[in-house]
Amino acid sequence: MTDQALPAGLQTIRDDFLALGQSDRLQLLLEFSDDLPDPPEGIIPEDAWERVPECQSPVFIHVATDQTPPVVNASAPAEAPTTRGFASILVTGCQGASREEILGIPLDFPQSLGLEEAVSLLRLRGMAGMIWRIQRQLTDAA
Amino acid sequence: MPVAPDPAPELQEYAHPERLVTTDWLAEQLGTDGLVVMESNEDVLLYDTGHIPGAVKIDWHTELNDPVLRDYLDGEQFAALMSAKGVSRDDTIVLYGDKSNWWAAYTLWVFSLFGHDDVRLLNGGRDKWVAEGRDLTRDVEPRPSTDYPVITRDDSTLRAYKDDVLNHLGKPLIDVRSPEEYTGERTHMPAYPEESALRGGHIPTAQSVPWARAAAEDGTFKPLDELKAVYTEGAGIDGSDPVITYCRIGERSSHTWFVLQHLMGIDNVRNYDGSWTEWGSAVRVPIVKGSEPGDAPARS
Repeated sequence: MTDQALPAGLQTIRDDFLALGQSDRLQLLLEFSDDLPDPPEGIIPEDAWERVPECQSPVFIHVATDQTPPVVNASAPAEAPTTRGFASILVTGCQGASREEILGIPLDFPQSLGLEEAVSLLRLRGMAGMIWRIQRQLTDAA
Repeated sequence: MPVAPDPAPELQEYAHPERLVTTDWLAEQLGTDGLVVMESNEDVLLYDTGHIPGAVKIDWHTELNDPVLRDYLDGEQFAALMSAKGVSRDDTIVLYGDKSNWWAAYTLWVFSLFGHDDVRLLNGGRDKWVAEGRDLTRDVEPRPSTDYPVITRDDSTLRAYKDDVLNHLGKPLIDVRSPEEYTGERTHMPAYPEESALRGGHIPTAQSVPWARAAAEDGTFKPLDELKAVYTEGAGIDGSDPVITYCRIGERSSHTWFVLQHLMGIDNVRNYDGSWTEWGSAVRVPIVKGSEPGDAPARS
């Protein structure tokens, strides 16, 4: 793992979670879930989305690697709010981050949010799958 | 005091119709004294996005398990949980949830280990309630806390451990996982790689009856004659022998346990909650690969 700092957006999100008590952390995750931005319509072709099979519900990731800085998009159904929340954290937290910063996000970032007790470790693992796929899309495009 | 059962005609053919309620009935009964509605989901935030008015959230993963051991709460922990949720020992509990009630059935099964007498499932679960356009709210109405008694958990009647399964081989055993998990092609459900095991396959002699064969398209349970076709004609379950069900951690097999025990009225059905995540990683237990059940190994 690199010793590079987290993207500033993710750092702020992590600090926000850790400043809260357990039940408020779940509420904050719900807010992220509610606020997952809709991907720009008609710009990303359907076959460019990548399914994240590590998640228990259908979540799709797309990184606009041709933009500088790259833009992370995600799509997940309303019936899977936890997954939507994780996706939203990554989409929001990567905004404005450079390619190198995104590539430096450690795969154990989800465990640093203090959600194990409120969400359970099992449910957190899908988020690592999203990070890994975002990073792979970036390296594939290089 | 328990609430009178749902008299809906479509439920009356089941062995224990009092274990199910319809969405119509529940909509009318909301707010009745002695009725506690509880939502139990795979997704830990789904309740928070909107739930049946007055429903209490209960999470299998984070609330019903011991935080350290792979085991359920003990009697004292369970009493504390139920008291905090405002449930009394003689309350009628109606459970519902996502994924065709997998986790609601699992929660019902855990409540049954503690002998909570009147615990029912909402037929069709959360999806049916939502599909019918019924009320949902984000408001949480805290219930006054209660003094739920400390009850020793009874693992001898409804729960099977690995050694119980080893001694059971040759008697009816139902594997409710997907066909790919049964044959050993996969060691986990297609979208659940984290709930894996070291070996793929099934327990020798287990019949493959995926859980969804008990469910109609709208998530309700199939009529009794169709259930009999699946389990009695299809898998030889007629109540003459004890039965054990399993999946990967016991949630889908709780759904099947509910069907056999409460809808078909088969006595002596146990759920093996260790399931494939234990069996498929345990040292020196017999495993069969492929689509045939296989034979029970000779006893030494």
